[in-house]
Amino acid sequence: MEVLEEKKMSEYNLSHLDELEAEGMYVLREVAAQFERPAILFSGGKDSICVTHLARKAFAPARIPMPLVHIDTGHNFPETMQFRDDLVEELGVQLIVGSVQDLIDRGEVTEEKGFNASRNRIQTPTLISTIESHQFDACVGGARRDEEKARAKERFFSHRDDFSQWDPKNQRPELWDLYNGKCQPGEHFRVFPLNNWTELDIWNYILRENIAIPSLYFAHEREVIRREGQILANSDFLNLRPDEKPETMQVRFRTLGDLTITGAVESDADDLEKIIAEVAAARKTERGGRMDDKRSQSAMEDRKKEGYF
Amino acid sequence: MAQGLLRFITAGSVDDGKSTLIGRLLYDSKTIFEDQLESIEQASNQRGTDGADLSLLTDGLRAEREQGITIDVAYRYFATPKRKFIIADAPGHIQYTRNMVTGASTADLAIILIDARAGLLEQTHRHSFITHLLGIKHMVVCVNKMDLVDWKEERYNEIVDAFRSFSSRLDIPDIKFIPISALQGDNVVDRSDQTPWYEGPTLLHHLEHVHVAADRNLQDCRFPVQYVVRPQTDAHRDFRGYAGRVSGGVFKVGDEVVALPSGLGSKVTSIAIGDREVDRAFPPQSVVMTLADDIDLSRGDMLVRENNQPESVQDIDARICWLGEQPMRPGIRFELHHTSREAKAVVKEVMYKLDINTLHRVEDDLEIKMNDIARVRIRTAAPILVDDYRRNRATGSFILVDPGTRLTVAAGVIYT
Repeated sequence: MEVLEEKKMSEYNLSHLDELEAEGMYVLREVAAQFERPAILFSGGKDSICVTHLARKAFAPARIPMPLVHIDTGHNFPETMQFRDDLVEELGVQLIVGSVQDLIDRGEVTEEKGFNASRNRIQTPTLISTIESHQFDACVGGARRDEEKARAKERFFSHRDDFSQWDPKNQRPELWDLYNGKCQPGEHFRVFPLNNWTELDIWNYILRENIAIPSLYFAHEREVIRREGQILANSDFLNLRPDEKPETMQVRFRTLGDLTITGAVESDADDLEKIIAEVAAARKTERGGRMDDKRSQSAMEDRKKEGYF
Repeated sequence: MAQGLLRFITAGSVDDGKSTLIGRLLYDSKTIFEDQLESIEQASNQRGTDGADLSLLTDGLRAEREQGITIDVAYRYFATPKRKFIIADAPGHIQYTRNMVTGASTADLAIILIDARAGLLEQTHRHSFITHLLGIKHMVVCVNKMDLVDWKEERYNEIVDAFRSFSSRLDIPDIKFIPISALQGDNVVDRSDQTPWYEGPTLLHHLEHVHVAADRNLQDCRFPVQYVVRPQTDAHRDFRGYAGRVSGGVFKVGDEVVALPSGLGSKVTSIAIGDREVDRAFPPQSVVMTLADDIDLSRGDMLVRENNQPESVQDIDARICWLGEQPMRPGIRFELHHTSREAKAVVKEVMYKLDINTLHRVEDDLEIKMNDIARVRIRTAAPILVDDYRRNRATGSFILVDPGTRLTVAAGVIYT
């Protein structure tokens, strides 16, 4: 009798990926139900691709009822842009592009200079300006709590004041799955359906669901330069130091951001199974390859407070 | 065999080794990365601590680093081949009761730490009571710092007996005791040589095997409608699907269901997860259901079975934890959020507050301040569909939102 009971119970066990998927879909539906002008922040990276995939499942057979927003630094991998445009067409959703170059041209932001110059920091004002001009009241992102220690305390519905700032010491309590999306005019929420996922969960889910991702994630030959222990893709946007010489290596990217700051890793993982094996065995965090996090111990916390993704 | 998921909370104060225990679990399960370890080794050196202080792994925000304390719930992740784990790391001081309540609200299991030298403290009572209040059915009591009492079995037994006699007043069906040293790793991941008298599992082994699936309510069918899917595209011109997360019971295609509050009946014609049709849905799946009849059904309504319905109530007997920084102002019309439904609500009466260290009722001071737990009567402007919290966490819980600041000011559990 007891054995029978247990068998019956195990029929109703979910794998952890099923449970994370159910949670993510639930969060996305709360966004659609609670907000008037929500949007999905789409970078072309694997995390925002997963969010978009969850959204597709959450609202099927209808289209995703919110636009994709891309904050375009102008320093993109061409592969990412092609991927973005193909996906938008397939989904039949609206694409809104917030251009960093436009803000530079209008003199609203100033570009960093020097060898380590990047447009990472001025993505934030571009994002905020895009949110304001479209009056978005919720922006869904692919950030995860396991990425970085400042993110470990992130909520699913993360409140931003009317300057888009995050106040990590005064966050709203979030209980059960009751997400409070109420705010004052001008304020908004960042929403993170993948909060409870790890990098390995993302990869296993991409494999399980057969989700298309940009070719940059797979090992390929590329012209790179080595700088301060990083391997950076050589491009017109990178200012080379006199002693730096491009070389060709077999690499892949663990995260996709702005071309100038996204570090590659040497790898021969050219399919998903190999990537998963590599990630499972990795001894460095995925953001270990990002110059933007290296600036100080609390680089991420500082940027998040300003309104970064 | 697919990995399952276990969500657990760790509660403790600054000195009882909670952060060290979590660091130990992450470290011994090889979840810590080289760059994280380097970074905490550097920080440990700056502070003059011996070796890598594993507790630094879990102190995220700068303010916490400066003050050396944890002030918010932080979430940690690790996995073994058997399970994936989500740790809600909650601070244990009384002024952070609301954080522990938050972390406990989604946990299947709670780990309580007791310093073997000190034995049961006020905070042990407080943490155990919150575990009970939030309906967590599994508890692990780690008797920590056993190395500092020379691994004496008698000391361990004393603590176990004291805890058992205290916890008999609480409704926590599964309590496990484990003698450990988080600092040295004994009985955390690997079995200790120091405790030949202890025959139970290590902490990690227990976490990997504890049976939590039975905690989900598979009897009472509850499907709060979250969102109505209407594609209005050529391919799906007349499609009308009800999206939501199953909060209880098992719904099958062909089942007769009743929509509440309308009371209208219909039949489930399809259940889908994305493009994939399934024949049944159970907690905590997110699905879209279609019905045979075009009945009036929208967000906030609930699909149930004819012969098993939640109570429709406007007067609620609830325990609340006050989360707001300002004390509760009498007579305020809160917004009460319950499943996918919202209703205006007023706290009609504070019956008593609870001293959560002694579990005594306080009846002479009824002002509700941050971190207070109180039993109250609430009146809602419209009926809500509730079950007893002990039977169903999703339909037995609610939050109160301040109509002015829009902040979440209270969390409540309903006892019917």
